[in-house]
Amino acid sequence: MVRIQGFFWGLLSMAETNQRLEVMLDTHLESVDLAENIIKRVTEAAGFDEDEVHKMGMAIREAVVNAYNYGNCQDRKKKILLTVEFNPELMTIHVVDEGEGFALCDVPDPLAEENLLRTSGRGIFLMKAFMDDLRVERGPKGGADLVMCKKLPHRHSGNGRSAAR
Amino acid sequence: MALQGTCREVGDIAIVDFSGKITLGEGSSTLRKTIRDLIDQGHRKILLNLGDVDYIDSSGIGELVGAYTTVRNAKGELKLVHLTKRVHDLLQITRLFMVFDVQSDESNALRSFK
Repeated sequence: MVRIQGFFWGLLSMAETNQRLEVMLDTHLESVDLAENIIKRVTEAAGFDEDEVHKMGMAIREAVVNAYNYGNCQDRKKKILLTVEFNPELMTIHVVDEGEGFALCDVPDPLAEENLLRTSGRGIFLMKAFMDDLRVERGPKGGADLVMCKKLPHRHSGNGRSAAR
Repeated sequence: MALQGTCREVGDIAIVDFSGKITLGEGSSTLRKTIRDLIDQGHRKILLNLGDVDYIDSSGIGELVGAYTTVRNAKGELKLVHLTKRVHDLLQITRLFMVFDVQSDESNALRSFK
């Protein structure tokens, strides 16, 4: 746990500069909470408000659940790659699994009358709702690469500290 | 915080006061088991108090829908009360307000059962 806390301090400074972070997650239920916590720390440091931090944490939670359940089919030999990239305007998050991949157009609409009573199938919808953009690409091992973008709330100043709003 | 549910009864209505998170894993299974136990005990009027549930993910939403279906299939009624803003907003964007009977306070909820 100490090692992870130290890791989080590194994330806080990362959000203030143009940087990229990669975290290799095990296909394990605990990875869902870990990924959500990482994104919450990063987005807090990037200046997003509490509501946006919550929504982005939830979007990434849903992406990792998707990778855990449907991409890697809970196979512990497979990994989930979480990548966070910052440029001055945009935060881009990738969640890559080692499954078969899928196309967004094949995902049933959970808002359709006939799907309202389904007990699953709302994760992708929530990712779309909580991020500015969501697309699905093909990962290097053929799995799904869920790419989520969010415009940063303000520009960063050149001194490495977040500019005041 | 792991989901915890405390059951009480008002007349023939079972009220479950939940607190914690309804998320993939333990939280979702706690909700499922609570509903099944109530149905097995013969309860057909169930009110879920979600006032202290601060977080529900898509798995938790799915469990709520499953709970609704389980109770309905048993010819019963399931209602929700005291939603936090985040849970309220989540049910709204997923159009589940069209499915669930959401009540604003407990006394109204109790009166609304048939």
